[in-house]
Amino acid sequence: MANKIPRIPVREQDPNIRRTNFEEVSYGYNSEEAMLEATRCLNCKKPKCVTACPVSINIPAFIQEIAKGNFVDAAKVIAADSSLPAVCGRVCPQESQCEGDCILGVKSEPVAIGKLERFIGDYANENQLNLAEVAAPNGFKVAIIGSGPAGLACATDLAKIGYEVKIFEALHKAGGVLEYGIPEFRLPKEKVVKAEIDNVRRLGVKIETDVVIGRTVTIDELINEEGYHAVFVGSGAGLPKFMDIPGENLNGVVSANEFLTRTNLMKAYDESYDTPIFVGSNVVVVGGGNVAMDAARTAARLGANVTVVYRRSKTELPARVEEVHHAEEEGIVFKLLTNPTEIIGDEKGWVKAIKCIKMDLGEPDASGRRRPIEVPNSEFEVKTDVVIMSLGTSPNPLISTTTPGLNLNKWQCIIADEKGQTTREGVFAGGDAVTGAATVILAMGAGRVAAKSIDEYIKDKYQN
Amino acid sequence: MFRITKKTLLAPNIYLMDVYAPRIAKAAKPGQFLIVRVHEKGERIPLTICDYNVEEGTVTIVTQTVGASTNLICAKEEGDAFLDVVGPLGRPSEFVEETLDDLKSKKILFVAGGVGTAPVYPQVKWLHQQGVDVDVIIGAKSKEHIILNEQMSAIAKNVYIATDDGSLGTKGLVTTVLTDLIENKGKAYDVVVAIGPMIMMKFVSLTTKKYNIKTIVSLNTLMVDGTGMCGACRVSVGEKILFTCVDGPEFDGHLVNFDEAMRRQIMYKSAEGQKLRKQEKESDESCQCEK
Ligand SMILES: Cc1cc2nc3c(=O)[nH]c(=O)nc-3n(C[C@H](O)[C@H](O)[C@H](O)COP(=O)(O)OP(=O)(O)OC[C@H]3O[C@@H](n4cnc5c(N)ncnc54)[C@H](O)[C@@H]3O)c2cc1C
Ligand SMILES: Cc1cc2nc3c(=O)[nH]c(=O)nc-3n(C[C@H](O)[C@H](O)[C@H](O)COP(=O)(O)OP(=O)(O)OC[C@H]3O[C@@H](n4cnc5c(N)ncnc54)[C@H](O)[C@@H]3O)c2cc1C
Ligand code: SF4
Ligand code: SF4
Ligand code: FES
Repeated sequence: MANKIPRIPVREQDPNIRRTNFEEVSYGYNSEEAMLEATRCLNCKKPKCVTACPVSINIPAFIQEIAKGNFVDAAKVIAADSSLPAVCGRVCPQESQCEGDCILGVKSEPVAIGKLERFIGDYANENQLNLAEVAAPNGFKVAIIGSGPAGLACATDLAKIGYEVKIFEALHKAGGVLEYGIPEFRLPKEKVVKAEIDNVRRLGVKIETDVVIGRTVTIDELINEEGYHAVFVGSGAGLPKFMDIPGENLNGVVSANEFLTRTNLMKAYDESYDTPIFVGSNVVVVGGGNVAMDAARTAARLGANVTVVYRRSKTELPARVEEVHHAEEEGIVFKLLTNPTEIIGDEKGWVKAIKCIKMDLGEPDASGRRRPIEVPNSEFEVKTDVVIMSLGTSPNPLISTTTPGLNLNKWQCIIADEKGQTTREGVFAGGDAVTGAATVILAMGAGRVAAKSIDEYIKDKYQN
Repeated sequence: MFRITKKTLLAPNIYLMDVYAPRIAKAAKPGQFLIVRVHEKGERIPLTICDYNVEEGTVTIVTQTVGASTNLICAKEEGDAFLDVVGPLGRPSEFVEETLDDLKSKKILFVAGGVGTAPVYPQVKWLHQQGVDVDVIIGAKSKEHIILNEQMSAIAKNVYIATDDGSLGTKGLVTTVLTDLIENKGKAYDVVVAIGPMIMMKFVSLTTKKYNIKTIVSLNTLMVDGTGMCGACRVSVGEKILFTCVDGPEFDGHLVNFDEAMRRQIMYKSAEGQKLRKQEKESDESCQCEK
């Protein structure tokens, strides 16, 4: 069988060069590489990869088309289930989703599903393929709050079946975390994010930026005054957490969200843009997730020596393996089993060092991970100019506090059932706003589920 | 498009503009602010909403040129447009929620410093329309820097002026006038609202603390998004760390850590910062980074 060929490696920018620029790290496959890799797929009858994809893309079908060189048909297969293939092919944690369950992975290496999906996504964008068919307008209006993956996916599905859809976005640019959080070198903004959002616009979806729901206009006003028949809340989980340790308000301490928003959304790395950023010579990033890796690798590109401080060991690092590997290649230093206890300032109130304590792993906690405990008398200082706090985020209360009847759970997440229905009639929700910080593809999945529920709800209410 | 429908010079380097932003005009309440972005590469600049006109769909902003971005804002003319205007942001002033009886039973003093007079004006106007008369102290460098004096006099019970050089009103600081009113003029106030430079709000708060008068200040911290996403705007208020853009911008002046707030305001500006930024560039060159 064809799977005798080893997995085709993907070409990448040299670590020593890429740590000085913001261009994409991975070059992706060209058509020859993609077609060759595609021949590895066994076209399983019961493809386990599909069940492991949160939006159930027909993976073997699109891969077969690639193998035959039918890239347009491959793009059509994907478009039936995803409006953001060039995004997901790049940022999905494939190793724990589709590729994690690929049958080939049992004996050798799984098919590079993500890289193949990215290839088709890019092909579709470069050739401006117009794939989706849009049904005739059905006369119903749906408002979507937030233009992240959840909102975009929900809008796509509803627009395809004839709804008039408008997305309201608080920031001046659409895309949510894709635009303000994930860095250019992992997810190019013009080439990929904008292109995929333009595809959504081409379905007739309107996007109104600079509207903060709960401030500029409320959900009640959208329903009662602007005539929306249903609302989907995909407002994400953008509120940054801090540690509550002494010195956190010193100059030079920033949240990862601030640091990344300045570089990505505001393009502070490009001197022709007005927004400033402060990096210093040494940067300490606190945390071990994808966001921490992105902040660390961004700081390195801005010229700093970067150390990541994380309280558990390497196996517990929540970031994707690929990202940790890339970070190490780029010279990021990891201080594991280490937790900050205090940030120390100079006489003018600027950060000069961070005090940390060594940790040991004890018994597993509620999450099943071994709980870190402090090693007595093991405190030490690390000299630094900047501390980036990357400790996770939670949903912003702006919408819930201004929408009567929309209830939250104890983590401040919007309560929604498995169909995306919230505690408020006509209001649906999904993505990070419901689950807390998760992944792009889970948010898209939730947006699609909600689109289906919204369609059922509107038909039930208005057409019977 | 967020078109500028009117532009007037109020004082040297201070411009008033009406901007067409119907959604904001409809939702705005006293005490809130908006964020302006002038051009594609521009910063997000927070400005107080100084007035709003629902019929015309406009909001009024008053901008003082202090740096590159406020210069860009003030360089725009009538008929030009801003690329982005988002708002209203922040919580409305506390008094918007209070009952009229409560408000009428209180003696309120506003203390306005420089460009801070602009956001004080609509609050005084709003209260005046509800039948609540208040006193106002306006302070500035000199006579020509005093803005909205006449408009304010038309709606406030008393307006007191303080200038650094004595070219109008009392020679001295707003706190000189404040102390004089309480110590020598037999005035008693239940609430003081101070809006102006951080340093002014700090000293007003220190003064009112002596007399145990509740004091509200409106903080102009650094901001990026203005929606609670970045934490750039965080301030220490009592034991808590709060976000100015969503928890404020108005806070209890007796609880705000002003020294920290002033220090944080210069994070991207101070000599220290510039020095470090320069060093960064030099070290960039030595490692042959391309920028
Ligand atoms: C730095 C970083 C790196 C990441 N890396 C990965 C990765 O590699 N792979 C992966 O799968 N996931 C990654 N994630 C997680 C992933 O990006 C999120 O799970 C996903 O974007 C959530 O989508 P969403 O649509 O629910 O919310 P978001 O993407 O957060 O979008 C929400 C949008 O709603 C807007 N909004 C919020 N409140 C309002 C309001 N009141 N009115 C109007 N608009 C509002 C926001 O401005 C935002 O644009 C990363 C996250 C971050 C921060
Ligand atoms: C809620 C809020 C409401 C505001 N309302 C108004 C208003 O109605 N009218 C108005 O003119 N300004 C207002 N400001 C201040 C205004 O946003 C700043 O003056 C502006 O961001 C400075 O940008 P710049 O690029 O022109 O100056 P920069 O080049 O960034 O800075 C120039 C100088 O201004 C100082 N500075 C920087 N940011 C601020 C800030 N946020 N506040 C005070 N000083 C700052 C710097 O330390 C520096 O000395 C408000 C700020 C906030 C947060
Ligand atoms: S969307 Fe993500 S999980 Fe699904 S096939 Fe693509 S890369 Fe795999
Ligand atoms: S499990 Fe692997 S081999 Fe089987 S269809 Fe999916 S990608 Fe192809
Ligand atoms: S300005 Fe970003 S959180 Fe307040």
